[in-house]
Amino acid sequence: MPIDNERVRVSVNGVIYERSVEPRLLLSDFLRHELGLTGTHVGCEHGVCGMCTILLDGRTARSCLAFAVQADGCQIRTVEGLGSVDSLHPIQDAFWEKHGLQCGYCTPAMLMAAVELMEANPNPSREEIRDAVGGILCRCTGYQTIVEAVALAVRRVQEVTK
Amino acid sequence: MSDAPSRIPRSRQQEPPRSAYRWIGRPMKRVEDPRLLTGHGTYVDDIHLPGMAHAAVLRSPHAHARIKSIDTSRAKALSGVILVMTGAEAAEKAGPLPCFANPPVKQMCIAADRVRHVGEPVAAVVAESRYAAEDALELIEVTWEPLPVMTDPEEAARASGDGVLHPDRGDTNVAFRRSFDFGPVDEDFAQADHIIRRKLRWPRSGAQPMETVGAVAEYNPGTGKFTIHANSSMYNYVGWLVAASLGVPAHRLNIVPTLAGGSFGSKIFTHRVMVIAATLARACGRPVKYIEDRIDNITACDAHGCDRIYDVELAIKDGLMTGLKCHVIDDYGAYFQFGVGHHGNALSQITGPYRMRSVRLDLIAVLTNKCQQGAYRGFGSDVGNFVLERMVDAAVRELNEDPIQFRRRNFIQPDQFPYLIPTGNMYDSGNYSAVLEEALGLLDYAGWRKRQQEARQNGKFIGIGIATCQERSVFSATEFWMLNEDPGFALTSSPESVALKMDPTGKVFVALQAPFWGNSPETVATQILAEQLQIDPQDITVTYSDSDHGLNGTGPGGSRFTVMLAGAVVGAAQQLKQKLIRVAAHMLETDASDLELRDGKVGVRGVPGMEKTFAEVALHAHYFRLSMPDDPSLTSGLDAAHVYDHPVTTLPAADRKNLGIFYPIMGHMCHLPVVEVDIETGKVKFLAYVAVHDCGTLVNPMTLAGHVRGGVAQGIGTALYERYHYDREGQLLTANFMDYLIPTLHELPEEIVVGHIETPSPFTEYGIKGGGEGGRMGAPPAVASAVEDALKPLGVQVDALPLTPRYLRGLIRQAQQHRLAAAD
Repeated sequence: MPIDNERVRVSVNGVIYERSVEPRLLLSDFLRHELGLTGTHVGCEHGVCGMCTILLDGRTARSCLAFAVQADGCQIRTVEGLGSVDSLHPIQDAFWEKHGLQCGYCTPAMLMAAVELMEANPNPSREEIRDAVGGILCRCTGYQTIVEAVALAVRRVQEVTK
Repeated sequence: MSDAPSRIPRSRQQEPPRSAYRWIGRPMKRVEDPRLLTGHGTYVDDIHLPGMAHAAVLRSPHAHARIKSIDTSRAKALSGVILVMTGAEAAEKAGPLPCFANPPVKQMCIAADRVRHVGEPVAAVVAESRYAAEDALELIEVTWEPLPVMTDPEEAARASGDGVLHPDRGDTNVAFRRSFDFGPVDEDFAQADHIIRRKLRWPRSGAQPMETVGAVAEYNPGTGKFTIHANSSMYNYVGWLVAASLGVPAHRLNIVPTLAGGSFGSKIFTHRVMVIAATLARACGRPVKYIEDRIDNITACDAHGCDRIYDVELAIKDGLMTGLKCHVIDDYGAYFQFGVGHHGNALSQITGPYRMRSVRLDLIAVLTNKCQQGAYRGFGSDVGNFVLERMVDAAVRELNEDPIQFRRRNFIQPDQFPYLIPTGNMYDSGNYSAVLEEALGLLDYAGWRKRQQEARQNGKFIGIGIATCQERSVFSATEFWMLNEDPGFALTSSPESVALKMDPTGKVFVALQAPFWGNSPETVATQILAEQLQIDPQDITVTYSDSDHGLNGTGPGGSRFTVMLAGAVVGAAQQLKQKLIRVAAHMLETDASDLELRDGKVGVRGVPGMEKTFAEVALHAHYFRLSMPDDPSLTSGLDAAHVYDHPVTTLPAADRKNLGIFYPIMGHMCHLPVVEVDIETGKVKFLAYVAVHDCGTLVNPMTLAGHVRGGVAQGIGTALYERYHYDREGQLLTANFMDYLIPTLHELPEEIVVGHIETPSPFTEYGIKGGGEGGRMGAPPAVASAVEDALKPLGVQVDALPLTPRYLRGLIRQAQQHRLAAAD
């Protein structure tokens, strides 16, 4: 039986969105199909692959495991909120330089996981980098260049902030 | 072989390899990446059309059953539901799906009267949202009559009556059975001083790209034409077959490619998803999106990998391998879309890099109640590499040989190319010892052997694996039909094309006729074209033609795309170059033969400054044609198109004692993993991994290394973790990512050291060879070899994959008990 819609008000990449949605609408579908932010991808819808990883109030979250209504009042960041093509975020630039992507499907998730790490820990060890992105599947790269890309971005940010 | 030279066609190479390039061979950053990095790539689920409705599919819970009745009335009555379609209703609108097997096995987009595997579509719902569509699926009531379930291929081969999946094809599940002899097999086995025998098992795994298959279809009743947005890889090659299923002429279907979030072979065709979406769209009068969810994809993607049981014999005389006999049972699942093409493929390199005289293949393809096989990175040659390298390791072990020396002694030597193997296929070029030496050096092989000895003294089980194997590239479609009794066909090509134009400002537009699937087609086209035109890559833009505009093309698959695309780009660029020079000759009032292309300009050779920029020439060519002399071949504008045919292929012999040249551009690799096995838990940990590949002339070492590493990761998955595990009832126990274990970063080597050796092909442009599948074709035998080597002190023998901790513990326990019993 249909249940009444609920109002949701969220900030995504600094923009406030207000929508009326079914309570069961997944946050991933809300972002992709209600707001048109299709940079966040969906791989398994059972919380294993990590393709749908976003930042929810600053922490990585799997948007296929949350309902949109649960994000009411939250600050969300997605890949669209990082750099633009003309002005890439250091993590995007490093992924490009190190060939940290092939099909690009897991890339937004990997980038958001890396951003969470870099913002919380400006000097992560190799092991901490591996742990930060290690919960997201990638079928193309074998992960090595993803880890190298995060390490490069970390170094670059350190050089700038020195 | 003595008659070799007369049977090899001459090379049609136009651009021989050079000692130096400006753009080819550089690790150029990919031109595809900026949009992918910023969330602006358009994948199929990102397509949104006005008025679009959403489809979901009811999956069969039974592996084998008759559909007695379906009641869709409650589903139809649900709010938001637009259409419910059963298989019987779909059969009135759409015909059987394409099948390359002969005789074909009939498959419908939605099962009409009988299901043959768990997950097979039984009905489809179109609704205002995917959520409403899935609600409605739960209201469809199906009455089933279960039938005997066939999951064991040997049992299935003996079944009759209700245990036969496709009774219209005869009272048997054996879809194909034939024996082939190439060369003097009986003689080689009669003269052998040793015969090595093994039973080997290759498990069913699959590509499992992170993005599933999808399609967004619309039907315009005014034009009678379908448009389908899809993530199919070969839409331009087989799109007309999809039109045939839909019952419309080919020009009433346009397939528009989207980016694909990985394929690895599994999205070569995607015909079922396209036909379902299009059939629903026509029936309901609205655009329809159908995207497989993960369970749809795992249970019914039509693209599971090979699933084989082998009895193998290897003949050896005087330390040289002479003959190979393979008796294979291949569990194809419920349908047979590519026939036994996977075995045709494997015959292109079945004797590996070794000088062998003869091969016998006894092939039995069986239909069972599982998802049908499709394509997975290697397409059957992945299995061939595993089988041959397991046999080589077995020979080394039984003859107490050194694994390096034995391989070296048996290698085809550099001066023996082009080399014809017993099946008739040609290897164009190679230097196998050089690849091996490079790998041994990169690993510090001798150092690791020393560390292995020390570890053993400390009760640790370290193993060094070795695999030296082939990566055939650039298929000729012969492999799909040559094993059939009939019909035979004329010689096939499987070409690739590009269309080029330079606009009035001197920018270059490249239209590809095949899609992006995670490879680097835009970067490859850009690098080759920049080399041809001596133009800045920034001035090139690459797009993808839909099937309405696509020239004759095939698409990525069989490690062909870089070679074939390079051929197409070279052909088109040479036409464009010629036209640029002719126009510039008029402008500079000089002879065309004095002109050259340099840095985005056309200039007089040896006279700096005497030149016109491409922009100047292009503007002139576009708008001032009539200021030049009258010449019907010189039309306004600057454009060119080229269809590049297969570089070198020949017909199979009528008696199939020789299959001709069909997969000749031969890559090679050496993989050396070092593992440690924890004998208490069965866990395998990587200590090192070296992979050296020879893919001829390197176009982009960075992206090629990416392919190699990614392929190794998939190969490690195949070797250690991945399996579509069907139980006796045909239920798929690994139907989600919790149970089907794709390696995460923590299961893989921290570093895969990639090396390259270049032996350019004499047959392809610039001498490029394919390299897209190699990683996955080398890792399974290499990892099996490493694990067996680690457990050598226990006497464990590795004959089957995947080597999961549980399976390995079983082998270790067995070996330990065997030793205890022997000691008593």
